[in-house]
Amino acid sequence: MSAFGPERAVALGGPAWLRQRRSDAADELAVMPMPSEKEELWRYTPIEELHLDDYAPRPSPGSDPASDEADRALGAAYVQGLAADLPARAALVATIDGRPVSVERSALLGPVRVGGLDVLGTEEGVLGGVLAGGDALVRLNDAFHPDVVVVDVPEHAVLDAPIVIVHWCTAGLSTQGSGDGAQTDARAPACFPRTVVRLGAGSSAQVVEVVAGAPGAGRGLVVPITELSAGDGAQLSYAALQVLGTEVWHVSRLAAVAGRDATLRTFTVGLGGAYDRSRTDALADGPGSRTELRSAYLGTGSQVHDVRTLQDHAAPRTTSDLLCKGAVAQRSRSVYSGLIRVRRGAVRTNAFQTNHNLVLDEGAHADSVPNLDIEENDVRCSHASTVGPVDEDQRYYLESRGIPPSRAEQLIVLGFFDDIVQRSPVPALVGRLRREVVRRLAAVSSEDG
Amino acid sequence: MSLLEVEDLHASAGGREIVRGVDLRVAGGEVHVVMGPNGSGKSTLAHALMGRPGTTVTSGSIRVDGTELVGLPAWRRARAGLFLALQQPIEVPGVLVEAALEEAVGEDAAGEVPRRLREEAGAIGFDERFLQRALNVDLSGGERKRNEVVQLGVLRPKFAVLDEIDSGLDVDAVRAVARRIERATSEWGLGVLAVTHFHRLLRELRADRVHVLVGGRLVASGGPELAEELERTGYGAYGAEEGAA
Repeated sequence: MSAFGPERAVALGGPAWLRQRRSDAADELAVMPMPSEKEELWRYTPIEELHLDDYAPRPSPGSDPASDEADRALGAAYVQGLAADLPARAALVATIDGRPVSVERSALLGPVRVGGLDVLGTEEGVLGGVLAGGDALVRLNDAFHPDVVVVDVPEHAVLDAPIVIVHWCTAGLSTQGSGDGAQTDARAPACFPRTVVRLGAGSSAQVVEVVAGAPGAGRGLVVPITELSAGDGAQLSYAALQVLGTEVWHVSRLAAVAGRDATLRTFTVGLGGAYDRSRTDALADGPGSRTELRSAYLGTGSQVHDVRTLQDHAAPRTTSDLLCKGAVAQRSRSVYSGLIRVRRGAVRTNAFQTNHNLVLDEGAHADSVPNLDIEENDVRCSHASTVGPVDEDQRYYLESRGIPPSRAEQLIVLGFFDDIVQRSPVPALVGRLRREVVRRLAAVSSEDG
Repeated sequence: MSLLEVEDLHASAGGREIVRGVDLRVAGGEVHVVMGPNGSGKSTLAHALMGRPGTTVTSGSIRVDGTELVGLPAWRRARAGLFLALQQPIEVPGVLVEAALEEAVGEDAAGEVPRRLREEAGAIGFDERFLQRALNVDLSGGERKRNEVVQLGVLRPKFAVLDEIDSGLDVDAVRAVARRIERATSEWGLGVLAVTHFHRLLRELRADRVHVLVGGRLVASGGPELAEELERTGYGAYGAEEGAA
């Protein structure tokens, strides 16, 4: 019997409109098929290996098992470490399994509201404004997200320091080995972080969102949804980092909309997880708006990274610029599939899409699928993609300076990532991202060596 | 004093023998210039010396102070004291020249690299801001060439092979680069093997020996006066078709 029934959804509580929304979503979920690899949007993915019966939603209604204590200590340490890396921050929200457990607000915040859903008072209809519709996984989040992390930036407010959100997701038992048996429910934890970032007209803010969990083995399902909106003339810079354990499935949605003359920058970095999917839909909705999408992934072990992007143009004189870079090592693989869509009326659109993949080992594989769907004439669109091993000439060049091949390759791969990491829309995160990549690359080469 | 010895070197690239028996002896502190028309094998000779994958030495010997380089990978040749300034330096996105050279010189000397880079950049008028860019990315052809000379100055090899180092440089830049290289010959006894198509490098760089490469062989060797003669007569006198590829 599924642990994702309507009763459990409604039991999460909240205001009446939210309980109704949960209940509706759970009802829809019950009759909706799970995604299939036959759908273009899920091609090349292992999605059919996902069985909801293997999971149960978190937080669970009763008390959580004692084994959570160790996991929470890891989470607290992780949040501390991240906070130390981002000392100049406007706010720090930490959630466990999607429920805020601490909110730190600095004086820099000014009129900006940050916290759980309660910071919006009695306001209704907070969700689904940017991400409408959706598949069974969206419904899962709609039904089972325990709260909503809210960043609400009023008109003309300008924040120079980032707002940091960390979602710590509890990992279950590993499929390898039995563990210490403290956890009685054989179902692995599923958690559903939900975030809404709204920028009023003429405002500006930076947001960092990290999805993390205990490193190493331990099963789990994490399905986050984040909705971003940038009002007219607003400037929103958003960076997401995923560092879950090696057996966790991460299936995320990021939906963003930019108003007239707004600039919206996103950066998603996928490093952890067994199957890591990040889908970013960015709608240039107002004339003159600009979206910049950046994505990076590094695959090791038998990971699958799956990045899907939509650059959607619905208004004249809009620009979108996408750069996605990934490397796959060992037996890992990656999929990049992106669509540029220019709707009727979106004249003088400029849209660019670039995907570069490094394949570091013979057992690794990368697919790159760029797509265009253009319904207007007066537009300029381009896409480029590459898939291949480390460039021979680059390696020779570094070797000719006296650098041994293995180190030359490491430098090139690290440079490949640096090239995109340095363009993080949230500059404060660059150091952290870089260290994460260095550490993972070092682990790969020590295993190979 | 260091010695670079090349004996009866044959090398092929793309399945074709291009270097067909080259002998050279360059002592530390000397400047040798190899001149030749397009397609005479200059770049292949340079890459054969450095050990580029795809350029195969089929016979012969390359020794630095008695150490045989044939059969060694490029990085070992570099560590034996050889440096190649590429005709077309390669872009390496995301890798700063500083990071690459720190790796090249090893941990003990890495701390000196930033200061040495600034000194070398200053010596040839290479804008210091370019040191903050990834290797050869967003640099003009001339800036890339200067970047090679900056790296040469930091690494202080025993021997430098300069492949068309003057191309892309304006007259002032050629002069600055030539001064730096000449200074290196006395500063640490750098031996130079400059490969060039043009005569103009020789107006700035004082050569001890000039060699003429035609059809993969050195067909003449002499003092600087050989370059002047070449300027008058062209390569035709050596059996090369002028302008032939």
